Amino acid sequence: MSKIAISSEGPGLTSMVDPRFGRAGGFVVFDTANSATSYIDNGASQVLGQGAGIATAERMAEANVEIVLSGYVGPKAFQALQAAGIKICQNIDGMTTGDALHHFQAGNVPFAEAPNK
Amino acid sequence: MRIAIASGKGGAGKTTVSASLAQVWNTPAILVDADVEAPNLHLFCAPAITSSTSTFLEVPILDATACTQCGTCREVCRFMAFAKLGKTISLFPEMCHGCGGCIALCPEKALAPGQRLLGTLECGTAMGGKHAFLMGRSRIGEAMTPPQLRALQKKLELLLAQSKTTAQPYTDALIDAPPGVSCPAMTVAQEADIILLVVEPTPFGIHDFTLAHRAFLPLQKPIAVVMNRAGIPGNAGDMELAAYCQQQGLPILGLLPFSQEIAGHYAQGGIAATCSSTWEKHFTHLRDTLQAFAAKELANA
Repeated sequence: MSKIAISSEGPGLTSMVDPRFGRAGGFVVFDTANSATSYIDNGASQVLGQGAGIATAERMAEANVEIVLSGYVGPKAFQALQAAGIKICQNIDGMTTGDALHHFQAGNVPFAEAPNK
Repeated sequence: MRIAIASGKGGAGKTTVSASLAQVWNTPAILVDADVEAPNLHLFCAPAITSSTSTFLEVPILDATACTQCGTCREVCRFMAFAKLGKTISLFPEMCHGCGGCIALCPEKALAPGQRLLGTLECGTAMGGKHAFLMGRSRIGEAMTPPQLRALQKKLELLLAQSKTTAQPYTDALIDAPPGVSCPAMTVAQEADIILLVVEPTPFGIHDFTLAHRAFLPLQKPIAVVMNRAGIPGNAGDMELAAYCQQQGLPILGLLPFSQEIAGHYAQGGIAATCSSTWEKHFTHLRDTLQAFAAKELANA
């Protein structure tokens, strides 16, 4: 049972993945306990001059997210997510959040050990 | 007199004008390269660097054994240097702007002052000893320029003050400012006595010039314009720029014509004012109009 957050351009599983972690428009959160989805708006981080990745990582920790699926995670965001004990899958782009979730659940997406940006 | 040579748009001709004004300046001056993210004035002014010093910003060091995760530091910090991740507070010293608030307010005394390297300041002489030279350079990877610029400005003030007691004091500072209209450009402009905006009369150049003009206006400094690359064939911007300046009461102190000759000369590291006697006259004229403008404005101030 875990909460999986996918950086997203919109609120549902048919929305496209937003490849940016720190400046993602929002996150679709899938709860494996009850297969429910919810949405976290990340607009407040998009307007930050600096520190968007850290602020977004805080938001993930607050929401008790355990796994993040995204395209590109910067070094400070990566460090912050690790400090929060959140696992990271990156290099996800050009698909819907639902497809990203299926890929992850099928075991096709490895956990990252270092930032890719 | 501190003259900031600024532009808004990058590549408008700030360094061309700075180096050429230095070339024709008729009193000893301090040439300052304040484009600390990409300094290039030294490529033209051939400085003899005599000192190089490191600059630092005071940032906190966290003693995790003393920290009780109370979150006071995170509340006081405006710049995300502290984050609450799960149950723990994490420190990101590269986000710190150096206000010292967290160190002062930490109830557990778990934060101590440390240092982040900002870059270097290099001093010397330029143009065969005619002028002093001062250049700031940011450390590669350092995202913040204003603290480095404040260190540069402090050094400039020290050099100006020290020279007052010498036989040939530096009368002026010619400051090659950073491009843009955000914190780096504003930090330099707000400490200047005069702002000279170098404007390229293209749609892009005029657009960014008007942004710069609007950004600098609230500083209530004397602002003047030099038009660079005037007379580009097929470009109607010269008249548009002149009309804007007239409407805004901005004097145009010089016109530097669009010229392939000068581009070639500059690309080989040449100072525009040394390209030909015609080009020298463009800059002695600009020097004279600028000095007259400054004298008039500062007398009225």
